[in-house]
Amino acid sequence: MLKILKYSFFDLIRSRWSYVYFLFYLTLGFVLLFLNNDVSKAVITLMNVIIVLIPLIGTIFGVMYYYNSREFTELLLAQPIKRSSIFMGQYFGVAGSLTLSLVLGLGIPFVLYGLLRSNAIFDFTLLLVTGAFLTFIFVGLSFVIAISNENKIKGFGYAVLLWLFLAVVYDGLFLMSLIVFEEYPLDTFSLVATMLNPIDLSRILILLKLDISALLGYTGAIFKKFFGTDLGFLVSMGILLLWTVMPILGLGHKAKRKDF
Amino acid sequence: MGKPNNTNIKLKTPYHKYIPWVVLFLLCQGIWAKTWTICTTCEHSSIKQTIRLANAHDTLLIQKGTYREYEVVVDKPLVIKGVDYPIVDGEKKGEIFQIQSDGVTLDGLFIINVGVSYTKDNAAIRVIRSKDFRIQNMVLEQLFFGIYLEKSSHGKVYHNRIIGEAVDEYNSGNGIQLWYSSDIEVIKNHVQGTRDGIYLEFSDRITITENTSMDNLRYGLHFMFSNHDVYTQNTFENNGAGVAVMFSKFITMKDNTFRKNWGTAAYGMLLKEINDAEIVGNTFEENTIGINIEGSNRIEYTNNDFIANGWAIRVIGACYTNSFRGNNFLYNSFDISYNSKLNDNVFEGNFWSGYTGYDLDKDGIGDVPYRPVKLFSYVVNRTPETIVLLRSLFMDIIDFSERVSPVFTPDNLKDAQPLMKIRS
Repeated sequence: MLKILKYSFFDLIRSRWSYVYFLFYLTLGFVLLFLNNDVSKAVITLMNVIIVLIPLIGTIFGVMYYYNSREFTELLLAQPIKRSSIFMGQYFGVAGSLTLSLVLGLGIPFVLYGLLRSNAIFDFTLLLVTGAFLTFIFVGLSFVIAISNENKIKGFGYAVLLWLFLAVVYDGLFLMSLIVFEEYPLDTFSLVATMLNPIDLSRILILLKLDISALLGYTGAIFKKFFGTDLGFLVSMGILLLWTVMPILGLGHKAKRKDF
Repeated sequence: MGKPNNTNIKLKTPYHKYIPWVVLFLLCQGIWAKTWTICTTCEHSSIKQTIRLANAHDTLLIQKGTYREYEVVVDKPLVIKGVDYPIVDGEKKGEIFQIQSDGVTLDGLFIINVGVSYTKDNAAIRVIRSKDFRIQNMVLEQLFFGIYLEKSSHGKVYHNRIIGEAVDEYNSGNGIQLWYSSDIEVIKNHVQGTRDGIYLEFSDRITITENTSMDNLRYGLHFMFSNHDVYTQNTFENNGAGVAVMFSKFITMKDNTFRKNWGTAAYGMLLKEINDAEIVGNTFEENTIGINIEGSNRIEYTNNDFIANGWAIRVIGACYTNSFRGNNFLYNSFDISYNSKLNDNVFEGNFWSGYTGYDLDKDGIGDVPYRPVKLFSYVVNRTPETIVLLRSLFMDIIDFSERVSPVFTPDNLKDAQPLMKIRS
């Protein structure tokens, strides 16, 4: 598995897209800090970018990579290697290289602009950690979708639809239910609904760490009471981990049964 | 028979002879008012006793040292002046100075340890039913209430420094409190760490200028039932709940700065039942809510700056005939939040950092109106829990579509003449 991981990883590291992705974050980081010069404010802006773009890029990249390396996968399948190692290797290769681009691309400008001396370092670390989680989650989901669909167009369609659902539609449904059931106590409901969607969960996790959380008012106080404690933090990290593990298990399961 | 006549004449003559002496005596009283020096090792070592000995219009000079006294009643017009900030230590036993006469001046004392009480509002300096007083250059620390003006008028509270260490609301007092007082100037004071920095109740025609009120537990400035007051060039920073102006008429607020009143229940300024006020040239920066308006009518908001607030203006209900002109709205999470479909307020010629329109005729005024109420803020007003969707992509999308064609927000709530450039 490690060999395949290494192969996929270095294959991607050498590919143009990784560089584009890396350069994108690098310029984003530099431009933000150049315009703002305030590390903690830049973190807020970055949050907006991260919770929308990372899932999107993770999804598309994952599907693309799977379909593109199909022939190579078939070649590997002919070798005496465990199936799960082949797919796991590819998955970790893709997710790892994307995460590396993210961490380096954002890390370099922030470190140069004095992140280590500012007290935003914890917020920034949290931002990168959730970013990494989102990458792993969405690459995993897209691999599962790609492996279940032979048809590339269909696979792409489902993957984008999945992103659209979690990033936009889910919030819409969430909002609707909040308004429809406004007569009822909604605190627990909104807590649970937030936890179920990795994008919302990351957004709230980061928001609560920033000054802006005061805007959340009464509801925010309840969220803070939950997420602010060590237990709440562990639970939310656990849920992100669960979101990461589930697609991986699904991938292993699918890979074993699939007839190539 | 002649004798009684003689005595009659003799008795009448002395009257006019005394008049010059009386005049001279009165003059002497004015010019040669006695100066008493008080110091710890002098003949007069107690402020209380010296006040008893002194005549009206005398001056008491208090030399450097520590004076352990409380409930010092000033019942005649005296000038009590400290040299090099002598310390008056109340030893937490009760009130320290009580002014009960017109024309008293307190100057340059360092008052500490006012007694905390749950039944009495002990103050470092209390002025009761007096006129023409002057309280200046005082430093008050470890206090309960600071300067308490009760049914007094025509005085001046100038350049004092009040530093409290309030932790809980129930056992702390206000920095400067005016109760049923009028025509008083409160100038250049610095109040911090008390419950309410400056508190006015039933006090009319008060001028509050160039004060700094910060880090107070509750409000930096708190107005109740006080009319015709003016406050200008004050700074209110990092107070528990900002500034509250309630149930008052004809207030003028000019060139004040409201900063960093940040918290789930904090406002830059809270207006409740305020009518006919003028709010001009103020800066609201980094407050959770810049101005929270409730039941306030006929208010002119002109040339204010709203910078980086959560909500710049939050209108809660029943606010009519207000006008917002020439204000700068810069980088607020929400510019205006509004909870009804009816709008009777005018927005005109403001600069909005969120404005994306164009100006083809180059007259400095945008050609498309700006709608400052986001759909999201409307939704949040209806169902507060929806705030958890803050900064989600979905909200940005519906905000955009609402801006293009308003359905939920009041149709006429718009700035038809938004400025293209920031008002400087």
